[in-house]
Amino acid sequence: MSTQASAAAVNHIPADNIETAAPLLQIRGLKKRFSLSGDFLEQLRFKGGKLVRHQEHVHAINGVNLDISRGEALCVVGESGCGKSTVARTVMGLLSPSEGEIHYDGQRIDNLNSRQLLPYRKRMQMIFQNPYASLNPRMTIQQTLEEPLRLHHPKWNRQQIADKVEEVMRSVGIDPDWGKRFGHEFSGGQRQRIAIARALAVDPEFIVADEPISALDVSIQAQVLNLLMEAQHERHLTYLFITHDLAVVEHFGTRVAVMYLGTVCEIATTATLFAKPRHPYTQALLSSIPRLEDDRPQHIRLEGEVPTPVHLPSGCVFHGRCPYANARCRQEIPQLQLHNDGTRVACHAVEEGRL
Amino acid sequence: MALLEVSQLDVRFALRQGEVKAIRDVSFTLERGERLGIVGESGAGKSVAAFSLLNLISKPGFIAGGSIRFEGQTLNTMSERGLRKIRGNRISMIFQDPMMTLNPVLSIGEQMVECLKAHRRISSREARAIALDKLRQVQIPSPEKRLDQYPHELSGGMRQRIIIAIALLLDPDIIIADEPTTALDVTIQAEIMALLLDLCEQHNVGLILITHDLGVVSQVTQRMLVMYAGRVIEQGPTREIINDPQHPYTQGLINALPQMATPGEKLNQIRGSMPSLSNLPSGCAFHPRCDFIKRADGQTRPACVEQVPGFVQTGNCQVACHMVAELLEDRRLKEEGQ
Repeated sequence: MSTQASAAAVNHIPADNIETAAPLLQIRGLKKRFSLSGDFLEQLRFKGGKLVRHQEHVHAINGVNLDISRGEALCVVGESGCGKSTVARTVMGLLSPSEGEIHYDGQRIDNLNSRQLLPYRKRMQMIFQNPYASLNPRMTIQQTLEEPLRLHHPKWNRQQIADKVEEVMRSVGIDPDWGKRFGHEFSGGQRQRIAIARALAVDPEFIVADEPISALDVSIQAQVLNLLMEAQHERHLTYLFITHDLAVVEHFGTRVAVMYLGTVCEIATTATLFAKPRHPYTQALLSSIPRLEDDRPQHIRLEGEVPTPVHLPSGCVFHGRCPYANARCRQEIPQLQLHNDGTRVACHAVEEGRL
Repeated sequence: MALLEVSQLDVRFALRQGEVKAIRDVSFTLERGERLGIVGESGAGKSVAAFSLLNLISKPGFIAGGSIRFEGQTLNTMSERGLRKIRGNRISMIFQDPMMTLNPVLSIGEQMVECLKAHRRISSREARAIALDKLRQVQIPSPEKRLDQYPHELSGGMRQRIIIAIALLLDPDIIIADEPTTALDVTIQAEIMALLLDLCEQHNVGLILITHDLGVVSQVTQRMLVMYAGRVIEQGPTREIINDPQHPYTQGLINALPQMATPGEKLNQIRGSMPSLSNLPSGCAFHPRCDFIKRADGQTRPACVEQVPGFVQTGNCQVACHMVAELLEDRRLKEEGQ
């Protein structure tokens, strides 16, 4: 897809085009386990007079497939512990996947070493949730913003770097005269602007934003969200946007992937998902947004709580809380099925027409 | 007489750099069984307001003026002994983080029994029976088992249910809930809020809900206060404020919500950020961020910069804004002229 075409597609990508256009990022069969049992010696146990090796894992992601097209903002939503941040970190190469592949612009990137990854790091940048933790407290803003430029443009002279820093500071609404100050001298909203400036400094094409506005106040959230949208229009960015705030998703996202316990249960364009949620979990999630309009919450109550990702339920991971679960749901893992309007849903009840 | 009457409450923190006025001139009342929301961004003083109701402000903070009257007793001058009879008994609190509130080295049952025995002369067995009953009310699965469990064995949502059970333990008249669902996930949040609402209605308990989430306030409360930089800037019936906010800040806050804008369009942001309490702007604290400080003729309204606005009554709401006061005054003059 040419740059012009992607610019036009920034805002509205029809659902059927997403399937045909070559995606910028492809995630295939991604799995990530974290070991709970320590190193080899700690795993050894005596059982019935025998020495056995005992291992336990947190199954953070269990087979996720996602495509992200150029110019779109794919939002991943879900409750805490559903693996959405792990997906973001694995995509960025901050974690290595246990299984599966990640392709960026047609090139497999999950098995590259850090030197081979360097050119990709310039093209993909990340914005973290907490701007109080993501800025180095011992660096001035100027140093913070210069660091990625020095790394990715080793041939630039001092003036070129200073010019770029000034440009990027202006573009996020930070006064370039503040460069000599330290992170702690700024409010949360300003810090997040600086973190965004750092991500934009190397002119990336793809940005992973992990809950970038969750730590901010309501009036500041709108400012930062506007900034992210402006950057998307001006720089033709592609976003992988991780959040738990569905109101933000409805406003910001081109497509939405709903995750539950390490699996994607529904992917749809934002308008379709909010108008016609299909998966029972999506329905419950949408019904629990506190709205300004109703006087009374009319939410769908789910039984129990999210099971631990250490011992995954058999079959559909949602069956324990699902009002429509039957014997098949308890045994067989549902796969994402494509519907006419481009929505993919992983649910036996939807597939069988019970729901 | 209202159950709780707060008038002109003034709380300050004596810091090395000088006194910081955390809240000033906060007045409100709460009737029996009424649900009141206090809304504002971080630093607006909403938590300080809630904590000072039970004199839970610790040094260097202190209540510098005003009064808090509960059933005719003045709480802010009461002895610590007298206050202890009210805290947790007549007025109980729910805090934001359920892990910090529960004692990690005591089982759930021990904490509940301890609380009951501190206020009532009853046997451990009776106390345990009451505790069990309250756990059932908050719909915890297998409550008998929970009594012997420790906080770390329970999930966040479960812990917050236990906190609610403890808050209800002595059948209080008022529950003060400080961001009770902020640390929880959306689906759990919806359940906890619905539960709290049901229980308050069933037992006719008053609720003071402190939150930054306008959605939660609009679903749970009957009246609300909006706070900005330590002052109440608008108060009245929740529905009226949500549907037709008068103060420019309240308008800005509601309009900034993503659900108020067309998807993909720019959100209506309030420019700037809340000033620090130690360095407040003169006049109306909101004036540097306000779009309405200019009159129709393009001149800045001097009062906005010079004078702290007092409350004016519009409908059933009270609003502290010079612009609104001026509009009302104009309207009144016009009506008199006719």
